[in-house]
Amino acid sequence: MTAIAVHHMWKEYGDQVVLENVSVQVKDHEFCTIVGASGCGKTTFLRMLLGEERPTRGQFLIDGQPLPDEPGPDRGIVFQRYSVFPHLTVLENVLLGLELQAAPVLGRLFGRRRREAEERAEAMLQEVGLYEARNKYATALSGGMQQRLSIAQSVIMQPKILLLDEPFGALDPGISADMHKLILRLWDEHRMTIFMVTHDIKEGFELGTRLLVFDKVRLDPQAPEAFGATITYDIPLDASHPPPIAEIEQASRRTEGYGARLAPA
Amino acid sequence: MRRLINQHPGRGSALLFGALPFALLLIAYLIASALRLDANPNDKLLPSLTSMGRAVHSYAMEPSRRTGQITLWADTAASLRRLALGVGISAALGLIIGIATGAVPYLGAGLGPLISALSLIPPLAILPVLFIVFGLGETAKVVLIVIGIAPFIARDIALRTAELPREQIIKAQTLGASSWQLITRVILPQMWPRLIDAVRLSLGAAWLFLIAAEAIAATNGLGYRIFLVRRYLAMDIIIPYVLWITFLAYGMDYGLRLLSRRALSWYHAGARR
Repeated sequence: MTAIAVHHMWKEYGDQVVLENVSVQVKDHEFCTIVGASGCGKTTFLRMLLGEERPTRGQFLIDGQPLPDEPGPDRGIVFQRYSVFPHLTVLENVLLGLELQAAPVLGRLFGRRRREAEERAEAMLQEVGLYEARNKYATALSGGMQQRLSIAQSVIMQPKILLLDEPFGALDPGISADMHKLILRLWDEHRMTIFMVTHDIKEGFELGTRLLVFDKVRLDPQAPEAFGATITYDIPLDASHPPPIAEIEQASRRTEGYGARLAPA
Repeated sequence: MRRLINQHPGRGSALLFGALPFALLLIAYLIASALRLDANPNDKLLPSLTSMGRAVHSYAMEPSRRTGQITLWADTAASLRRLALGVGISAALGLIIGIATGAVPYLGAGLGPLISALSLIPPLAILPVLFIVFGLGETAKVVLIVIGIAPFIARDIALRTAELPREQIIKAQTLGASSWQLITRVILPQMWPRLIDAVRLSLGAAWLFLIAAEAIAATNGLGYRIFLVRRYLAMDIIIPYVLWITFLAYGMDYGLRLLSRRALSWYHAGARR
């Protein structure tokens, strides 16, 4: 069971308010997609879940406990890029987490224990369709295959929460459709809670059980950094509620106009 | 007609073009040497190939009457030993200190300024100190090389460590890596090719410090020999020795490059993409 509770949480950097008064409850095994204009704190929110950032005010709880202040094995992450290890083969990349867990000093397994870990890693690679490429170096893979690998790397650790930071943003449309199927299957099989940040509002609606829209409620053109973003829409995704796509896109474009003037790209 | 910047020589012509400047230099030397020897057969400044050949024969083939050893090989062995020790110790120190200061912020804050300061001391300026402290034996020469190049290697490795993508470091932590595991399984393996590059770049400096140390206080070694025979204007020895040193330095560079490509193919495969 993994429940996440955020109560009246603010994140500020000096005078700049990134997130204001965010409150949200997420149940176990939800698939939350997070969309919003750039500079609206989506990634900051994800980094807080990861433990890289701490809230300035308010509470951020996992299972009633405050969030640990560094990344750990209970929360997996897939970034847009650079999250596979170039000096390891595909199999070694997936094996790494198992080895780190089982061998604190050497970080390597040998003999029978290694073979057992290899079998698990190979099964995982079968699942993401990379078994054939298991002996290639990670950098020899295409962008889409590297993302599959990065997902496999995290999922084999059985994290309670899987965080996806625009994981399919750099991929071709055809390939991201395959990736969507893959991630939904893994989410179902491994019973994780998933948070996915995406640029693509359509992707946000297609995947997931719940859509969170980050946006600024108040805008001051004279002082664009004075107000932060918050969750403006929290939409359960099922067929009975037709999603207000146009409305969200319009709101987010309005913020983006201001964002473009102040945000470092 | 394509632009000049888009025209590439083939394999064969690249080789030919590469050899051409060497051939021209050699021809220029031979002409100048012939002209000078024609004017004065006892000229020592630009010796002929035959007199160099004679000198090389006596230094490289015949045992010295004084020591009973073959001079060139004895010098080469002595110099290479000092160089290997100096470079080896520097590489080990540079790797350990570089990764430690690059990966652990407290160590970086504590040792970074010291390493920067050390790397700014001109090593030759403290050579007298080394001779006073370590005596005139091998230690002072090896230490000079280490002081000369270890700070450079350490700073380079520290920078490379800090350059690793943040995503990788975070990812490893979400796979449960401790600081130690992160260093040994993620950072260190990715620093090997960087270390080889840093050593390749510092080999020139290492030779410089070696020869300087040998010139000042030694009883054998390639640098010692060059500075010894300089007293007799023995260009017929100096020129072959310099060529030999160049050849050795090139061989080391080539060897390291080959090692990097053979042993670290992931790095070179990735670099090409």
